[in-house]
Amino acid sequence: MTRHLLSAADLSLDDATLILDTADELARVSDRPVKKLPTLRGRTVVNLFFEDSTRTRISFEAAAKRLSADVINFSAKGSSVSKGESLKDTALTLEAMGADAVVIRHPASGAPHTLAHSGWIGGSIVNAGDGTHEHPTQALLDAFTMRRHLSTISGRKVVIVGDVLHSRVARSNVLLLATLGAEVTLVAPPTLLPVGVGQWPCEHSYDLDASLVGADVVMMLRVQRERMNAAFFPSVREYSRRYGLDADRMSRLADHAIVMHPGPMNRGLEITAAVADSDRAVIIEQVTNGVSVRMAVLYLLLGGSDSALGGDQ
Amino acid sequence: MVRSESSHEAREVLDADDVQRALTRIAHEVLERNKGAQSVVLLGIPSRGVPLAQRLATRIGEVEGRAVPVGSLDITMFRDDLRMRPARGLGRTELPDGGIDDAVVVLVDDVLYSGRTIRAALDALSELGRPQSVQLAVLVDRGHRQFPIRADYVGKNLPTSTRETVQVLVSELDGSDAVLIGGTEGDDSADPSGEQGGSV
Repeated sequence: MTRHLLSAADLSLDDATLILDTADELARVSDRPVKKLPTLRGRTVVNLFFEDSTRTRISFEAAAKRLSADVINFSAKGSSVSKGESLKDTALTLEAMGADAVVIRHPASGAPHTLAHSGWIGGSIVNAGDGTHEHPTQALLDAFTMRRHLSTISGRKVVIVGDVLHSRVARSNVLLLATLGAEVTLVAPPTLLPVGVGQWPCEHSYDLDASLVGADVVMMLRVQRERMNAAFFPSVREYSRRYGLDADRMSRLADHAIVMHPGPMNRGLEITAAVADSDRAVIIEQVTNGVSVRMAVLYLLLGGSDSALGGDQ
Repeated sequence: MVRSESSHEAREVLDADDVQRALTRIAHEVLERNKGAQSVVLLGIPSRGVPLAQRLATRIGEVEGRAVPVGSLDITMFRDDLRMRPARGLGRTELPDGGIDDAVVVLVDDVLYSGRTIRAALDALSELGRPQSVQLAVLVDRGHRQFPIRADYVGKNLPTSTRETVQVLVSELDGSDAVLIGGTEGDDSADPSGEQGGSV
């Protein structure tokens, strides 16, 4: 049993399928007049956010509240962290308050792993994005959205385009989609692909137009200018010409193909407004699905005496 | 789930024909008691209550000449023993189009034992609407109630010891219809609150 969700790589095919199936049932709760289940009553979920976030924090908060958990939101700004408190002391404080789960976002890759294995805290740790490492619940909600539109994921061709180097979303998606049997191609300029991408369970390419042929899913990544400390491409204009998704490129996709973006979007950079607002874009739906998927994760980790994930089926 | 064959040979107490006859009788009793099927909604409790509810709906429809709304009600998240074992996957809750407000809801399950499943079902129901009344139909009532709950319609009253197992098979899920009673299981099954599906 794994009490934590730290990496998409920790999920077996059975685990991932269980989460997606559970999310399917929980999505129906969102359609009801009473959007609430009593399942996590009396449990405390702490949202520990050391980095700015809109949708992920709100999504986890909505998910925990729909399961009747008590939610404590902690953001580093305006807390003792800005006075220099360490992660350890913050964790010990949360432990003393009796947190059953800590949802953590941190600019340092590996911070959730440290929290989970340090012994500072007894609750479940859910990684909500750590540095340029992983964002497993985003990958799960992306897979959930793909499954809803394409019915199956196995054998589907998924093209992930853009700033792979800085993208925890891309990394988690590659790992999860490989488990689920999709064929993933990463497309980016050479400067925005990480070293060692050849060992990842996916293909990579520098040519967007060639990669889009036969694609079922096109996932555009945000160009993370806040993490860029060097010139990774000559100009914004050149980047969007070669790696941006515009109406012309979109029109060459198959009829059933969908366009995804983890948000927040740089409209006009990696994706044009026309594409972002088109029928093919499922970007808003991704946000809706995020709540159901996070409910499923919280339920499976916290709902029983023990986690339902990581069993030896 | 422990198959009863593991310790002693399971004994068949109802065969396929008996199950059919019991469902037919329950269908007529539902109609008699409610003076028709105007406001009746059947909700099966997963997993085996769901096909049983669908079959009851078919029979009632045949007698009345009009379709009866049928759906399913998953109770997993409302169980009182949720914290006592690992979290598990969910069944499906699917309400008929008309919803359940002001309806006579007939809950359908395979085995009535401790009554905890039905208590959870009543909780789940209250999140979904306000029925005019709630009734309960079960294929087998094996006794050992731990809550003040009784069934309105019973296919077969089956006096059992808590050490025995009762298993309901339905053709939709198991390939054939039958009710089996198994030999002693040891102390694990001595607590009726562990009731789950038809295999305890």
